[in-house]
Amino acid sequence: MIEIFLQGILLGGLYTLFALGQSLMFGVMRLTNTAQGDFIILGAFAVVAGTALAGGAPFAVALAVLPLAFGFGYALQRYVLNGTLGKDPLPSLVVTFGLSIVIQNLLLELFSADPRSIETGGLNTQGLALGESLSLGVLPLVILAIAVAATAGLQWLFARTALGRSFRAVSDDREIAELMGLDAKKVYAFATAIAFVLIAVAGALQGMRTTVSPSDGPLLLLFAFEAVIIGGMGSFWGTLAGAMILGITQQIGFRLDPGWGIWVGHIVFLIVLVLRPQGLFPKTRG
Amino acid sequence: MMSALLEAHGLQAFYGDAQALFGIDLSLAQGELVAIIGANGAGKSTLLKCLTGLVRTPREAVRFKGEAIGGLPPGEIVKRGLAMVPEGRRLFPSLSVEENLLIGGLAGRKGPWNLQRLYGLFPILAEKRHNPGTELSGGQQQMVALGRALMSNPELLLCDELSLGLAPIVIREIYAAMPAITGEGMTVVIVEQDLTMAQRVSQRIYCLQEGRVSLAGRSDALSREQISQAYFGI
Amino acid sequence: MTRNPPLAASTTPVAFDVVRSTVASRAALGVAVALAVLAATLPFWGESSWMREFVEIACYLIFAIMWNLLAGYGGMVSIGQQAFFGFGGYVMLMLGNFAGVNPFIAIPLGALAAAAIAVPVSFVAFRLSGGYFAIGTWVIAEVFRLSFANVSAVGGGSGTTLTALRGIERATRESVTYWMALACVVAAIALVYLFLRSKRGLALLAIRDNEVAAESQGIPVVRMKLAVYVVAAFGAGLAGALYFVGNLRISPDAAFSVNWTAFAIFMVVIGGIGRIEGPLVGALIFWALNKFLSDYGTWYLLGLGLLAIVVTIFFKQGLWGYAQQRWGWSLFPTQRVLADGERVPGR
Repeated sequence: MIEIFLQGILLGGLYTLFALGQSLMFGVMRLTNTAQGDFIILGAFAVVAGTALAGGAPFAVALAVLPLAFGFGYALQRYVLNGTLGKDPLPSLVVTFGLSIVIQNLLLELFSADPRSIETGGLNTQGLALGESLSLGVLPLVILAIAVAATAGLQWLFARTALGRSFRAVSDDREIAELMGLDAKKVYAFATAIAFVLIAVAGALQGMRTTVSPSDGPLLLLFAFEAVIIGGMGSFWGTLAGAMILGITQQIGFRLDPGWGIWVGHIVFLIVLVLRPQGLFPKTRG
Repeated sequence: MMSALLEAHGLQAFYGDAQALFGIDLSLAQGELVAIIGANGAGKSTLLKCLTGLVRTPREAVRFKGEAIGGLPPGEIVKRGLAMVPEGRRLFPSLSVEENLLIGGLAGRKGPWNLQRLYGLFPILAEKRHNPGTELSGGQQQMVALGRALMSNPELLLCDELSLGLAPIVIREIYAAMPAITGEGMTVVIVEQDLTMAQRVSQRIYCLQEGRVSLAGRSDALSREQISQAYFGI
Repeated sequence: MTRNPPLAASTTPVAFDVVRSTVASRAALGVAVALAVLAATLPFWGESSWMREFVEIACYLIFAIMWNLLAGYGGMVSIGQQAFFGFGGYVMLMLGNFAGVNPFIAIPLGALAAAAIAVPVSFVAFRLSGGYFAIGTWVIAEVFRLSFANVSAVGGGSGTTLTALRGIERATRESVTYWMALACVVAAIALVYLFLRSKRGLALLAIRDNEVAAESQGIPVVRMKLAVYVVAAFGAGLAGALYFVGNLRISPDAAFSVNWTAFAIFMVVIGGIGRIEGPLVGALIFWALNKFLSDYGTWYLLGLGLLAIVVTIFFKQGLWGYAQQRWGWSLFPTQRVLADGERVPGR
C-alpha cells in the first residue's frame, strides 16, 4: 500500500513538470495551450536528436536545449499567440490545436512512429533501496526533486521579483498595467518563454524515464490539465498537489488492473470537478 | 503667455461607431490645478483616456511639452511624464499595497516621489503595506491609486473622480494631500462630480457637456448659475 | 464604454420591414432543393464508390455543422464531441446486433441516446468554461473511449462488426445507406437553420455576445446552453451512427478519435465560424484537399494544421466569412436586414 503511495508521488513529480507550464500560461494570460503535451514530446525528441548528433552526453544536450526553448517560447508568444488573445477562447484553441497537429506530423516525418528514448547510461534502472522490500528509482527521485525545485522557483519568481509582479499585474488588469508602462506583449512573451523552459525539462526527463513517440502528446496534455484542475488554479503548489493526487490515483488504478490506470485518474478528476470545481487548493483572487 | 504644458486641439474620440468627444480644445499651463466637470456620460473620462493613450486619437490632436503624443501607447506616454489615477481606482488585486506602489515606479522617471515620501504623506499605507490592495477601505485604496501614479514622478497628473464613492470626510482627507503634490510645481487635472470641491481646489474649470466644452474659465470668476447651466446644458 | 443598444426585431418601428431572405438566397434555396432531388436519384445511375464517399462526407459535414452550432452559436468550444459520435455509433451497433433492431432505424435511436447521455455529461462539463471547458470535454471523451474499450461484449479494444446487416444484398444496403445519409444531411441543415431563425436563435446570439446582459434580460442562459449542447450531441450521435452503418465495423479508437473534432474544427474555421454556410464551404474544401492530397499522409495533415493556423490569425471570419464581408454573399440569411438595406447587428 505504501509503495503505491510512494510510486504515485514519484509519478506526480513528473506530472508536476508537465503541468507547471500550463498553469503559468493560463495564470498570466488565460491562454489554454492544447499543444502543451506535443511541445513536451518535441522537447524530448530535440534531446534525442541532439544526443544522437553529439554522440552522447544527454544531460549536456538537455541543458543546451533549455535556452533554445526559452527563445522559441518567447517568439511563439510574441509573434503568433499574442494575436490570438482576447475574450474569445476559440482562436488560441484552434491555433494551439493546429500546432499540435503540425508537431505530431512533423515528428512522424522526421523520426517515424517508432518509440525512442534518451540513453542515460542506466540511470533509469538504478534504484535506491528503502528497507528490504522497497526500492525507489533514482531517476524518478531526481525528477521529483526537480519538480519541487521548479515549483518553489516559480512561486518565488511570482511573489518576490519585479517580473513576477508584472505577471500578476497584467493578469489582473492589462489596461492599467499598460498605463504603468508595462508592455503586455513582452510580459506575455516572457511568461511563455519560461513555460517552455519547463516544457523542455519535462520532455527531456520523460525521454529519459521512458520511451517517447510522436503521438504521445495529447495524453500528456490531459495529465497536465487534470493536475492543474485538481490542485486548483492560481497556485503552483496547488498544481504540485494536484499532480501528486493524480499520480497516486493512477497508481491505484494500475494495481487494480493495468487497463484501468488512466481511466481511474480521469474519473477522480471528474469527481473533483463535480464536487469542488475550484480545485482542492485554490488561491482565492480578489 | 506661458507656453502650455499640454494642449488639445479639436480632440475627437470614438468608441466603435459612437462618437464621445466632438472637438475638445484644452490647454494647461505648468503648475496649474485644473478641474474638469460634467455630468455622467459627458466625456470626462474619455478625455483623460485620450490624453493617456488608452483611447486612440490622431497624433496631432494632443501636444505635451510641445510634442505630439496622440495615439501613442500608454507606456510611452507615462515615460514622458504624464500619469493617471484611473476612475474606480483599479488597484491590482494580486498585488499588495507596496507592490501596487512599486509598479507605479516602473517607468523609471527621476523625481521627489518615492515610497518613503508617500508613506510620509499617507501614513496608514505604511501600516498596511503588505496587505492586498483590495483589502483596504475605499479612501485608503484611493490613496494607493494616487500614490501609484505619483511614483512615476509625472509632470502632469490626471485624477479621474477621486471622490467617487467616498464619504465627505474622506474626500477632504484626500484633497488635503493636494498642496504637497502641487507644491513642487506638478500640474494636476482633476475630473470631479463634486462641484464644491472642484471649484475650491482648482484655479480653472472646464465644463463638458455631451462631448463638448460648454464652459471654461477661472474658478473664482464663475458663478454657480453659470456652472449649473453649462453642466446641464440648459 | 458606450455601445449602441441592439435593435430588437419586435420593437422595430413600423416604417421598416424586417426582411430575412434576399433574392440570391431564395434562388439558392431553389437550387438546393433541385440538387437534393437530383442527388436522391444517384443510386440509379451512379457508381457505388460515389455513394460510399458521399456517406463519409455526410458524416463529416453533419458533425461539423453541429460543432459549429455548439461553438459558433452556443459559444461553447468543445474538443470532446467525438464522445457522442462514438456513443451514437455503439448504441446503434448494440441495438442492431443484440436487440434485433434494423440498423437504419437504430441510427436515429443512437442519436437520441447520445442526446440523452449529454444531459448528465453536461453536469460535469459545465463546471468549466473557455479553454478549460474544451479540454474537459476531451477528458470525458477519453473516459467514453476507455470505457467501451473494456467492454468485451462489443469487442473491447479491437472493436467488432455490425452483423445485423448481413442478410441484405450489397447494392440495396449501399443505396439505403446513401439515402439515409442524404436525409440526415438535409435534416441537420434544416434543424440548425430553423433553430437559429427562431426566437431561440436570437436568444443564443444574445448569450454569445454578452452572457450577463442576456441573463438580466430574462433569458435562461443555462437552459439554453444545455439545449444547444443536447442538440449538438444528437447531431454528433446521428453522424456517428450513420458512419458505422456505412463502415460496418466499429472500434473505440475509430469511434472516439479526437480527429473527428479536429476535422470539424478545420472545416468550420476554414469555412467560417458562426455562419451556416461555413461548415458547408469548409467541408467542400476539406473533401477536395482530402481527395487530392491525402496520399501524402503526414504532409497533408501538417498542411491542414498550418492552414487552420493561418486562417485563424489572418482570416478571423474564415474564408466564407471573408467573402461575406468583402462581397456580401449570403446563402442562409440569419441576419436580419432592414428593408432599406441597413444591416441590423446579429450574425
